[in-house]
Amino acid sequence: MSLIETQNMTVAMGGHIALRQVDFHINSGEIVTIVGPNGSGKSTLLKALIGAVKPQTGKVTRQPKLRIGYVPQKLHIDPTLPITVQRFLSLPIRRSKQDIDSVLDRVGANDLHDKQMFALSGGQFQRVLLARALLEKPQLLILDEPTTGLDQPGSAALYRLIEELRTDLGAAVLMVSHELHVVMSASDRVICLNGHVCCHGAPDIVASAPEYRALFGTGTHGALALYRHDHDHSHDHDDHEGCTHA
Amino acid sequence: MLDDFLIRATLAGIGVALAAAPLGCFVVWRRMAYFGDATSHAAILGIALSLALSLSVFTGALAVALIMAVTVSVLSGKGYAMDTLLGVMAHSALALGLVAVSFLQGVRLDLMAYLFGDILAVSKSDLAVIWIGAALVVALMVARWSALLTSTLNADLANASGIDPRREQMILTVCLAVVVAVAIKVVGVLLIVAMLIIPAAAARPLSRTPESMAVIAAILGALAAVLGLRMSYIYDTPTGPSIVCVAAGLFIIGLISGRFRASTD
Repeated sequence: MSLIETQNMTVAMGGHIALRQVDFHINSGEIVTIVGPNGSGKSTLLKALIGAVKPQTGKVTRQPKLRIGYVPQKLHIDPTLPITVQRFLSLPIRRSKQDIDSVLDRVGANDLHDKQMFALSGGQFQRVLLARALLEKPQLLILDEPTTGLDQPGSAALYRLIEELRTDLGAAVLMVSHELHVVMSASDRVICLNGHVCCHGAPDIVASAPEYRALFGTGTHGALALYRHDHDHSHDHDDHEGCTHA
Repeated sequence: MLDDFLIRATLAGIGVALAAAPLGCFVVWRRMAYFGDATSHAAILGIALSLALSLSVFTGALAVALIMAVTVSVLSGKGYAMDTLLGVMAHSALALGLVAVSFLQGVRLDLMAYLFGDILAVSKSDLAVIWIGAALVVALMVARWSALLTSTLNADLANASGIDPRREQMILTVCLAVVVAVAIKVVGVLLIVAMLIIPAAAARPLSRTPESMAVIAAILGALAAVLGLRMSYIYDTPTGPSIVCVAAGLFIIGLISGRFRASTD
C-alpha cells in the first residue's frame, strides 16, 4: 500500500482552482520529484498532502499513523523573535538533548546548537529544517524547494544529504524542485505539474514527453529542460496546448 | 491594604503589565501592532455603548473589541491589504465612538479618563476584573505556548504538526480583546498598545529564547507600572502617560545594554 495517495483530488486556493483531478501516490523508499512552472500548484499539492488545505473534491488517504517530516519553502524567522536552534528543534514537541544532538550531527550542523535562528546562513538554515523533520523519525520526508537560495555546491551537498538520509532511514522522499538536472539524476519518478498532472513516470520518460518539453522546452531554449533526446527533437510544441494552464 | 488608592493602582498596573507582556511579544513577533491599535480604538465605541446601555465599561469594551478583533482576523485571510483595512476600521470605530459619546449627557468630561486611563480611580471591583482578566490571558498563553509559537514561526510547520494556525490566531485575538478591555482604566485606550509593545521591544535585546523574552518583558512592564506611578505621585504628572514614559526609558536602556553585550560577545 502507498504511504499516501490522492484520488481525483481538486484543490481551490483563494477562490480559484489550483489543482484539478490529481491522482498521486508515493511508496516506501521512493524519491519522487514534482516539477512545474511557478503557480502550477506544486506547493499546493504538498499542502494538501500534509493536511494544511482541504481538497474541494476527491480524497487524500494516508497510511494510519504515517509520520511525515516536512521542510517548508522559504521559512522567514523575524529577527524580533529570539530563538536558538536547540529551542526551535523542540517545537512544538519537547525533544531530549540527546535526540537533538544526534539529528544535528546527522545533518552536519552540530556546531549550531546555541546559534540564533535568524543569524543562520541559507545552507545552515536548510540543514536545521531538515534536522527538525528528522526528529519526527519520518517514513515520508516532504521538501518544498529545499535548495532555494543555496549556491551550487550548497545545493549539491544538500541533495547528497537527502539521498543518504533516504538510504539510512528507508524513508520515502517527496520534493519540489526547479533544478531539473538534479531531479533527473536523483529521482525514481518525476511528476510534471501545471494545474493538473501533465505527465509522470521515470525521469527518462518524462524528459522526453512532449508535455514536459512544452512546459520547459519553449521559451527557455533548452536552458531548463534536459535534452536527452535532442536528436529526435521534432515535436511542434504547439501541439501540446493540453498542458498549458487553463 | 486595598483601601489605599496607591496600592490598588500599583496592583492594577502590575496586573495589566503581566498579561500584556507575553501577548505583547506575540504582537511584536507577528507584526500585529496595528491590529492592537484597531482593537483598542474600537473599545471607545464599546465604552460609549456601555454608558448608553448602563452596562459596565468592561463588558461594552470587551464586546466591541472582540467583534473588531474577530472581524479583522477573519478578513485578514481573504487577501485584503491588511494595513488599509485596519486603518479604515480602527479610525472609523474611534470616530464613531467619539460621536456616539457626544450624544450622551454628562460624560464629555469622562472621555479623557478613557483615552488616557485613570489608574488612581481603580476600585476594588475594577481590580478584581483586571486580575481575573489578566490571569485568564496568562493561563491561556501558557497552556497554548508551544502551539502559538509554532504557528507564529510558520503556518505550514504548524499544520504539519497538527496545529491549526487559524485557531491559534483566534486565541491571540481573544486575548488581545481581553487585555484591551482590562487595561482601559490603567493606561487608557490610546496607550494600551504602548504597554503591549514597549516592554516586549525592551526585552528583545536582552533575550535569547522566546520564553526569556516574555518573562523579561513582564518584569520590565511591572517595573514601568511601579516607577511610573511613583513618578506621577511625586511630580504630579498624568499617570498612564508616566507609566509609558518609564517603559520607553527602559526600552532605551535595553537597547544600549543589548548593543554593549553584542560588542563584548
